[in-house]
Amino acid sequence: MSQPVSALRPDLQMIADWVSPGSRVLDLGCGEGDLLAWLQAHKQVSAYGVDFDVNNVVRCVAANVNAIQGDLEAGLAEFADQRFDHVVLSQTIQAMHNTEQILLEMLRVGREAIVTFPNFGYWENRWQILKGRMPVSDDMPYQWYNTPNIHWCMLGDFDELCAKNGLRVVERVVMTGGRRVTFLPNLRGSLAFYRVTRG
Amino acid sequence: MSSNASSVGIVSAQRALFETPLPLAGGTVLPSYELVFETYGQLNAARSNAILICHALSGHHHVAGRYSEDDKAAGWWDNMIGPGKPIDTNRFFVVGVNNLGGCHGSTGPSSIDPASGQPWGSRFPVVTVPDWVTAQARLADRLGVERWAAVIGGSLGGMQALQWSINYPERVANALVIASAPKLSAQNIAFNDVARQAIITDPDFCGGDFYAQGTIPRRGLRLARMLGHITYLSDDGMGEKFGRMLRSGEYKFGYDVEFEIESYLRYQGDKFSDYFDANTYLLMTKALDYFDPAKDYGGDLVAALQHATANFLVASFTSDWRFSPERSRETVKALIAAGKRVAYAEIESVHGHDAFLMTDEPYINLMRAYLQRVAVEVAA
Repeated sequence: MSQPVSALRPDLQMIADWVSPGSRVLDLGCGEGDLLAWLQAHKQVSAYGVDFDVNNVVRCVAANVNAIQGDLEAGLAEFADQRFDHVVLSQTIQAMHNTEQILLEMLRVGREAIVTFPNFGYWENRWQILKGRMPVSDDMPYQWYNTPNIHWCMLGDFDELCAKNGLRVVERVVMTGGRRVTFLPNLRGSLAFYRVTRG
Repeated sequence: MSSNASSVGIVSAQRALFETPLPLAGGTVLPSYELVFETYGQLNAARSNAILICHALSGHHHVAGRYSEDDKAAGWWDNMIGPGKPIDTNRFFVVGVNNLGGCHGSTGPSSIDPASGQPWGSRFPVVTVPDWVTAQARLADRLGVERWAAVIGGSLGGMQALQWSINYPERVANALVIASAPKLSAQNIAFNDVARQAIITDPDFCGGDFYAQGTIPRRGLRLARMLGHITYLSDDGMGEKFGRMLRSGEYKFGYDVEFEIESYLRYQGDKFSDYFDANTYLLMTKALDYFDPAKDYGGDLVAALQHATANFLVASFTSDWRFSPERSRETVKALIAAGKRVAYAEIESVHGHDAFLMTDEPYINLMRAYLQRVAVEVAA
């Protein structure tokens, strides 16, 4: 049973484009299940989502998305090794305490990790810092004192974390305002998208 | 709860006699038996909108509505079932049944054994969750329900829902397993055994054949219920409700009721011993202890669930320590490993194990959302 699903947010559409039809998908921090509902309707994936917030789980249930309430910081014990083709962590890694652990857990339970995060190196962020303030933008809508985002990074930082753990970056896309950025991405790109596998 | 939610109104129980012998897991055969049940709502033409409600240890078939206008108490899950409620009787045909071995009208230890003309008493066989499910399946046949839109239960009721999905995979579209566990822990069994010992060692128990003696093992039942009740509430919930409140405001330096919690537990125990059958209590706790659907599959719950075709909703409550969230997670983990469709929610609640009978908002929202989906699925 599939219900009509409205158009995806551009960043989620970018992720959806990477997901192969009929594959097994795990979405960590799945929110209200928008991405998975779309993938179920358009790519016939079999999918689970994980979210910390019971209200999001309820919305996922309403959207016919398999949501498991859980805390990503505690790892992914519910999921067996190599159970998924794609494991998605969308704009969440910067808010996690156990950043490195979740990345490794993603590649334990899945073949490929899709990680997206706001690029701290984006020129508008740098400009705000030059003006003497912490960056606040559409992609980073919090003040320094109430932000859940505790682990900011730029493209090079994430590359280095992957390299340190022997992980291979299969593909990287950088976007600003829903459009791809290829020239000077670490300066001109506000959102980073990575496909990562074991080395 | 939505403002237009109302009661199913005045209801009455029905009985069904089954004369095909029922082979039991324990090796004996029940030659014939009666089940008492209630139904609410209408079975649709496609017979696709039926929901079975499985009861827990002290529950029964009277799930919703009242028996008369001045009936003080509604059915035990009246807050969940009715027109406009999460289990919406405008859309679903809902069936509540008293399990075999019960004491609310279905054949049990206090019923008359037709062979002897005497109450079954100690001779009533121990029945298990799979036995109940078999008996419920026969009732489904009788009602013309080939496939349940959902089988729903909390606690021991959740175990029946899980067992249904394993034993009759083609007959369950959705299984809702709430505040339950895939098997009891040693601690759970220990609590049950203390309760059983309280009953069995009561001199009025007479080895289970107290009916003929005209006695009732009230003290045992009362203790069993008091103990059970402690485990159904959370420390915080109990603290919030009773704290160290004293009935008279000061210590009496004696052994009479002083603290409000003592008064409450004794009241609950007394009330329970007035209507519940001691043999049924023993039997229900044994059914809990024996429940372990993985046992037939070398202890592998994933293998046990392999053939299930149902969609699952598993829910637990944060302050439930009798069937803690960790236990529900075991079920969820196995369902995921078996590749089943499952949603899992861990509801924040202070109500302990009893929370599955309460109306914490996320819980009601969750049930409403899931059953809305079921209604669409089965075109209810």
